[in-house]
Amino acid sequence: MAENTQAAEPASKIDLPASVGGEAGGIPSFQVTAKIARFDPERDSEPHWEEYRVEMHGTDRVLDVLHKIKWEIDGSLSFRRSCAHGVCGSDAMRINGRNRLACKSLLKDFQKNPTDPVEITVEAIKGLPLEKDLIVDMEPFFQSYREIMPFLITSGQEPTKERVQSQADRAIFDDTTKCILCASCTTSCPVFWTDGQYFGPAAIVNAHRFIFDSRDEGGDMRLEVLNDREGVWRCRTTFNCTDACPRGIQVTKAIAEVKQALLTRTLA
Amino acid sequence: MQVHEYDVVIVGAGGAGMRAAIESGQRARTAVLTKIYPTRSHTGAAQGGMCAALANVEEDNWEWHTFDTIKGGDYLVDQDAAEVMAKEAIDAVLDLEKMGLPFNRTPEGRIDQRRFGGHTRDHGKAPVRRACYAADRTGHMILQTLYQNCVKHGVEFFNEFYVLDLVMTEVDGKEQPAGVVAYELATGEIHVFRSKAVVFATGGFGKVFKTTSNAHTLTGDGVAVTYRRGLPLEDMEFFQFHPTGLAGLGILLSEAARGEGGILRNADGERFMERYAPTIKDLAPRDIVARSMANEVREGRGCGPNKDYVLLDLTHLEPAHIDEKLPDITEFARTYLGVEPYTEPVPVFPTAHYGMGGIPTNVDSEVLRNNTDVVPGLYAAGECACVSVHGSNRLGTNSLLDINVFGKRAGIAAAEYAQTAAMPELPENPETFVAGEIERLRTSDGPERIAAIRRDLQETMDANVQVFRTDETMRQALNDIEALRERYKNIGIQDRGKRFNLDLLEAVELGFLLEIAEVVTVAAIHRKESRGGHFREDFPDRDDENFMQHTMTYRDPESETEGIPGMRLEWKPVVITRYQPMERKY
Repeated sequence: MAENTQAAEPASKIDLPASVGGEAGGIPSFQVTAKIARFDPERDSEPHWEEYRVEMHGTDRVLDVLHKIKWEIDGSLSFRRSCAHGVCGSDAMRINGRNRLACKSLLKDFQKNPTDPVEITVEAIKGLPLEKDLIVDMEPFFQSYREIMPFLITSGQEPTKERVQSQADRAIFDDTTKCILCASCTTSCPVFWTDGQYFGPAAIVNAHRFIFDSRDEGGDMRLEVLNDREGVWRCRTTFNCTDACPRGIQVTKAIAEVKQALLTRTLA
Repeated sequence: MQVHEYDVVIVGAGGAGMRAAIESGQRARTAVLTKIYPTRSHTGAAQGGMCAALANVEEDNWEWHTFDTIKGGDYLVDQDAAEVMAKEAIDAVLDLEKMGLPFNRTPEGRIDQRRFGGHTRDHGKAPVRRACYAADRTGHMILQTLYQNCVKHGVEFFNEFYVLDLVMTEVDGKEQPAGVVAYELATGEIHVFRSKAVVFATGGFGKVFKTTSNAHTLTGDGVAVTYRRGLPLEDMEFFQFHPTGLAGLGILLSEAARGEGGILRNADGERFMERYAPTIKDLAPRDIVARSMANEVREGRGCGPNKDYVLLDLTHLEPAHIDEKLPDITEFARTYLGVEPYTEPVPVFPTAHYGMGGIPTNVDSEVLRNNTDVVPGLYAAGECACVSVHGSNRLGTNSLLDINVFGKRAGIAAAEYAQTAAMPELPENPETFVAGEIERLRTSDGPERIAAIRRDLQETMDANVQVFRTDETMRQALNDIEALRERYKNIGIQDRGKRFNLDLLEAVELGFLLEIAEVVTVAAIHRKESRGGHFREDFPDRDDENFMQHTMTYRDPESETEGIPGMRLEWKPVVITRYQPMERKY
């Protein structure tokens, strides 16, 4: 049986420290200057910078800045977003030169003091065809993802109940199951910038998720795909991908493990 | 304009849509139309788990699960549907595991299970471990696994296609769908998808509220589109407020936090749920916990400078346990509030989370045109639908279950229907209405801003139609909505382009929100009792004699309801099989 994870019954009443509640209390406001790379495919031949000044608050994120501009200043500013708390992967963009999710980039992280003005630059992620403002064509990214066969491959009859997998086997690929396909990693990779054919870190992360799943039998096929000229050997271990991942996945480590598997496994 | 032809068109690519697509795609020519990339869908934000009586870690059975679902829904659940869901839950979880979903495991390597609100052993005796989970990203893993299997089966997606109308036609004297009209975001082009069957799986409409766990994209498009075509909406007054949204932000912190041992405290440090639900305390159903929290704040025991939230206390749990079981939500607390859950309690307050109501269906996911008759070829599943398995309050984890059980049923039923049905003729110029609306909005230059109207709508809904409701507050909301609908006629947008014109689509979505907010409010005024997620201070008790029935709201130019012209409200009996309504105590 699973161990009983329920701790002893917690106290009915405790003394709370005076500081309780974190920063949900008084929220400072400050000026934000946002430089945004704008591109209208129906008018412009190339992107140009536009500058906006807005007043924001201490809990706001870059996505809130973009919304404030879109909703109050210029409705034509275009960007993708959905969940607004870092799980859907829609709003990866290049913020102050680094790939991040706009909804997870707190403005206060760009400040020294809580009322300091903030300057941000926002542009579309690099290496995928620019469509409009902060929107890129994601199709090449998903194409690479599909090519590594991102689904469980098994043979023989299915078991009546679940497949058994030990906690240790489950833990081996836990990190790479966190991927939300936001493309932050792939579009921060210098190899991908110069060679759009490279599978890129996200596809390798998702291959890793299955190659190291004890239930899966398609590992060799995936390794063969990644042994390709545009595969895993293109990685130059610059760690940009690991820095960019909003889910904290150890991307470079996953790539290294795939390389290691290629060296130690006999390919079919 | 382009015209496409498929046997089955599925609208929406969240859990329900993709689960349907996996079934339908293997049986019939299927297209999935989705306004965002499938992996962006809000199923991915679900955290805690998916309940099924696998009995992997302790004694359990589907009958107990059925009972809990019915009691949790304050007896407004259709009991035949709840039984179907609880029985099929077991295969639904096993299906996902076989598709590759990486569930957490027991020491024996079986799917692990944990506690969740309202799920009990033997009809309420104690909490039971029924929720199958993958850390606190179960929804993410379900969404990824379903997308992976769609890739495996070569499901055809039309990404960033907004379905703005349902095309109806008459065959043998019966109204039935002939397809849908969609707007392609990338080009601004209108597409008509002609099909034998249409499945709506468009998700919720939480964006009618200001403080919500819902994504920006959850604007109830499918719900509004079917309503505008004269089809009814069921039980729209029942909206769930999830107890633990991050204070001030509404970002969801899973009930799994309490399932794993977290507790709620007020400003006095008191575990106040001991007073409201003495047996299962913090694991009472969401409506009860949310109301208790709001009541603590109202009676002056809230925390913080404005005394407007309570605390979720995890500090008595081992950090390693938190890291293993609740990594994402504790990171949300750190990122967005700067609170360290190992050592500090987290500020929380109820957040608009889930619409129990929606497009009425039977257990085969067929859409109902009235209390008894189906619309041949039209299906709905997931949050946009109302089967009704959630009644007046959904239990935690039952939404991930709902999308899998009824998504699968919808996909099979739609494909089987399409195998024998004839391709309906399209009416003449089926795109006219959508093309006209799009052009009108794209060139609109009135003084009203979309964002201002939407903000005012969300503020009046939060102030007047939230956890506590009265006739007076809801009349206020209704007046506000009517005024906002007038203002909506004078909006102006700034993006005149064809490509990726999201300004235009926000205007379209606002139209859906206004429509739905009105239905929610009118139905809520009409239900003069308190039940589940609908709590009326002016009618604080459940009234089975008069209101043990579903509401069915129709758009009808000939009628008037609660002073609102163009609406008709009818009642639909609840299906009761084995459980007679009892007082709901925990």
